[in-house]
Amino acid sequence: MNTPISWIKAYVPDLDVDVQEYVDAMTLSGSNVETYTQMDKNLDRIVVGRIETIEKHPDADKLVVCQVDVGAGEPIQIVTGAPNIAVGNVVPVVLDGGKVAGGHDGGELPENGIKIKKGKLRGVVSNGMMCSIEELGSSREMYPEAPENGIYIFGDDAGVAPGDDAVEALGLHDAVVEFEITSNRVDCFSMIGMAREAAATFRKEFHAPAIAETGNGENVSDYIQVEVQDRDLCPRYTARVVKNIRLAPSPKWMQRRLAAMGIRPINNIVDITNYVMEEYGQPMHAYDLDTIAGRRIVVRRAQDGDTFVTLDGQTRKLDADVLMICDAEKEIGLAGIMGGENSMVTDQMTTMLFEAACFDGTNIRLSSRRIGLRTDASGKFEKGIEPQRALDAINRACQLVEELGAGEVVGGVIDVCEPIQPLTRLPFEPERMNALLGTDVAPETMLEYFRRLELEYDEKTNEIIVPAFRQDIGCMADLAEEVARFYGYDNIPTTLPHGEATAGKLSFKGRVENVARDVAEQNGFCGGMCYSFESPKVFDKLLMPEDAPERKTIVLSNPLGEDYSIMRTVPLNGMLTSLATNANRRNKDVRLYELGNVYLPKELPLTELPDEKMELTLGMYGQGDFFTLKGVAEQLFARLGLSGHETYEPTREYPFLHPGRQARIMLDGTEAGYLGQVHPEVCDNYDMKETAYLAVLHMDVITENATFDRKYEGIARYPAITRDLSLLMPKEIFVGEVEKVIRKKGGALLESVSLFDVYEGDRIDAGMKSVAYSMVFRAKDRSLEAGDVNPVVEKILAELEKMGIQIRS
Amino acid sequence: MKEKLQAIREKAMEQMGKATSLEHLNEIRVAVLGKKGELTQVLKSMKDVAPEDRPKVGQMVNEARQAIEEKLEAETAAIRRRLREEKMKAEVIDVTLPGTRNLQGHRHPNQIALDDLERVFIGMGYEVVEGPEVEYDHYNFELLNIPANHPAKDEQDTFYITKEILLRTQTSPVQARVMETGRMPIRIIAPGRVFRSDEVDATHSPSFHQVEGLVVDRGITFADLKGTLEQFAKEFFGPDTKVKFRPHHFPFTEPSAEVDVSCFKCGGKGCRMCKGSGWIEILGCGMVHPKVLRDCGIDPEVYQGFAFGIGLERVALLKYEIDDMRLLYENDVRFLRQF
Repeated sequence: MNTPISWIKAYVPDLDVDVQEYVDAMTLSGSNVETYTQMDKNLDRIVVGRIETIEKHPDADKLVVCQVDVGAGEPIQIVTGAPNIAVGNVVPVVLDGGKVAGGHDGGELPENGIKIKKGKLRGVVSNGMMCSIEELGSSREMYPEAPENGIYIFGDDAGVAPGDDAVEALGLHDAVVEFEITSNRVDCFSMIGMAREAAATFRKEFHAPAIAETGNGENVSDYIQVEVQDRDLCPRYTARVVKNIRLAPSPKWMQRRLAAMGIRPINNIVDITNYVMEEYGQPMHAYDLDTIAGRRIVVRRAQDGDTFVTLDGQTRKLDADVLMICDAEKEIGLAGIMGGENSMVTDQMTTMLFEAACFDGTNIRLSSRRIGLRTDASGKFEKGIEPQRALDAINRACQLVEELGAGEVVGGVIDVCEPIQPLTRLPFEPERMNALLGTDVAPETMLEYFRRLELEYDEKTNEIIVPAFRQDIGCMADLAEEVARFYGYDNIPTTLPHGEATAGKLSFKGRVENVARDVAEQNGFCGGMCYSFESPKVFDKLLMPEDAPERKTIVLSNPLGEDYSIMRTVPLNGMLTSLATNANRRNKDVRLYELGNVYLPKELPLTELPDEKMELTLGMYGQGDFFTLKGVAEQLFARLGLSGHETYEPTREYPFLHPGRQARIMLDGTEAGYLGQVHPEVCDNYDMKETAYLAVLHMDVITENATFDRKYEGIARYPAITRDLSLLMPKEIFVGEVEKVIRKKGGALLESVSLFDVYEGDRIDAGMKSVAYSMVFRAKDRSLEAGDVNPVVEKILAELEKMGIQIRS
Repeated sequence: MKEKLQAIREKAMEQMGKATSLEHLNEIRVAVLGKKGELTQVLKSMKDVAPEDRPKVGQMVNEARQAIEEKLEAETAAIRRRLREEKMKAEVIDVTLPGTRNLQGHRHPNQIALDDLERVFIGMGYEVVEGPEVEYDHYNFELLNIPANHPAKDEQDTFYITKEILLRTQTSPVQARVMETGRMPIRIIAPGRVFRSDEVDATHSPSFHQVEGLVVDRGITFADLKGTLEQFAKEFFGPDTKVKFRPHHFPFTEPSAEVDVSCFKCGGKGCRMCKGSGWIEILGCGMVHPKVLRDCGIDPEVYQGFAFGIGLERVALLKYEIDDMRLLYENDVRFLRQF
């Protein structure tokens, strides 16, 4: 919402603050200022001058030398190339040392304006510059009387004399403030709404426009009949008629105000419509009465499949939820959005119908979206304007018509109106308001704030009467907010909640996730973030079979595009995409991890919320291999008290992994994840030349089993006996099997077993490999002797022999 | 006898003085004090000494032995010291060579900001809770006083799955879920991923993170909200941080406020980061709307509460001066390794 301060001052004449003060105070009372433009920021030493004489420049065909009276006794000499001046013209003149806002071409305005100094043009002294409207920082859009190319010339009606402040004369000593209005404050999308806020903020009196009675002795009903068929969408429709229209430019003050808002002045009738729309926040519409068939207005829904040509010449598709303004024969306007080409006002118009109505905000918003047409009017209606406003606005418009002599207002108003809801009354509860705010504001002070906001106090019932324009106030907390705003948020004390102490903590899940992050980072993995939605094509890229359960995904009904249309069921695509991004940017030794959810529907289409499962995904290429990743997993399990509970089963089940280099991670018999080398074809699908590895750990399974409990087990006091085993075994047996046997047969005396060598090669038979283990035996209560350990080792060897594993001599 | 002893002693002393290695010293020790050493031989020949002279001779032998042993020890120590010095001289390294580092992973900047934030609120007695990312319209909107046809519900903002199920657009539904449990008092923060259908650009992402805060108890006031967020801001952005509360509007709080903190780059003087204003907007907050309390089964006549919501990416981008939000989701290690 743009508001020129000059316009606000029209309703709050005592407002006397500089722009910065205004902006700061308004922000703190709840009208947040987005930005503001000081229109005279770069206008300095600009006065009104009258051209006394014009002579040819001795050395330049396109220049002339003028003597200009600037009210300082002797005229000053100015050289100009402007084509449009004549002796006697009154123009804005910037004096030596002054400043203008821009160049004559109307391009982008320089931050600090342009300094003007006296100098010589082709050898002739020039003591200043006559200004075009563009040089003053504005445009012909806003000052339609300005010439297309040349110096701005004041009209006879300007009432200015040489030496006067030209910036003042042009209404440019002003600032336009852009407010961010919150959706609940419908009243603030109007000049009087903002003026009311400004008056309350600065504790000045607010003067609403005084609306005088207007109209001749005729009756509007003789000109037009109105029937509202769909009253649910149009609770009020008011109309008045103006005849003997005299189209002319509107007065300068109105043009200036509209210009400051960025609205182009056109003629008195259009300008009045726009002016009242901004002043009251009530959109209005003007029809040429002679185009209205049967002198009859019908407000009704359109029919599915209808089309309509709006006044911008576009054909619009309608449906049965779009409200139309019609005459006896045809549709003439999209209610609240835009009028029709067929009833457009033209310069030839003699009699006009003014419409100010109340349309259902939600319907306007939805219709405007379906039709794909959003206008100033629909933007105002969709916020929900109360029905009271229409009547004030139409009478105000007619008053302006009379004041401006734009036509003859016909007596009477058409007002088709649903019963208006009585005003809201709320009990006045100062103690409760103070208890909510933590303040100690006196009841009288509160009532004073309310009075300035036109919230009336009914002493008899101890109630606050909420005016119709404050639709946002409906309970004690709403009133408390008004108190807080004008008491000042800054003045409310700062305290801390007291009462029962609470224990601050992370959830157990959160603690486990933090350990996962720590372990990943200690191993060189950087935390990444991937999107939760992706393309349904990822399953093909991951070589997943057609019937893979992962393909049963949740689909968004309004995605940003197919590439973001399904909720991921596996966390691989984001990781692989990120690895590929890094690889293609030639980053070396990349390790990434992500903790994020996958979304597993219980059934499709969704009838209840899906399972959201947290996955830890690790991905890497460069330095390291399968066992680097496996080490990370092992370390994570160890940190979570799960050492030895996990096993790594060789499998070929994960299609996106290398069939010979993948393992399922089991935690006490439940799948807790998987890891492996990325299938080369998957790497190709992601356009990645590196050998990459992936691990996915199901955090739900891990969290369920994790524990941070530790018990001291004592440090071994008695010496251990170490035995090394060197074995010769068929290649296809996994060492995991051997280790299982050693642990099983090792019994209570076996403290640890570790693999320290694997060899395949020339020195042993083809098809065989040699592996070496170191076993540590220890008892807690005595020193072991060979006699204790030998039988155990024999049992191990006997069991291994059954598998075809020999001790290597 | 006496002369012989003297001779042995002097010879040994002289040899030891000249010894240059531990081996050499050892040879001398063996030659003099060993089983077949010269001094040992003298002791063995005591039987030839007259019995009355034996104590005296014995004493002389012992004196000689003691003197030799002392010298031996001193020389050994001296040689060891010299050898160590020599060894260390040979062990000089170039300390300006680069250090050896482990491959170190880095936390995502968003997560660092969240960790910091959680630390502050946990210290203030808040429990960290979570809620579902795929959520019912009921929790995401209806219970938060955003009825059907509210502009915030427009399809352009919300990703829908079905009519009733959507991707949450805010972490506020966690408020409703926590209040519904009816356990009092409530003092929680709820961080998490939220979704809005915004096209990806330098300042927008269809998926980002919020941290919701909620306190409900008897007698909680707007002043408590101010005090809490002021303390948070000072802990999080630094002790000199100033906080400004501006009135604002959210459907689920009343009164509501937006909170600015003094710019942590320029300290409030005005710079590019704060667009010259000296202030940076960081969060929205307010007193829980009585309708929201009531709809969640809490009697607003008895309990009052406040809530706040912080945009995590916004804080992270500002804190680390990251100029493009897309970097957060690209996972380029050259970016991630800077944190």
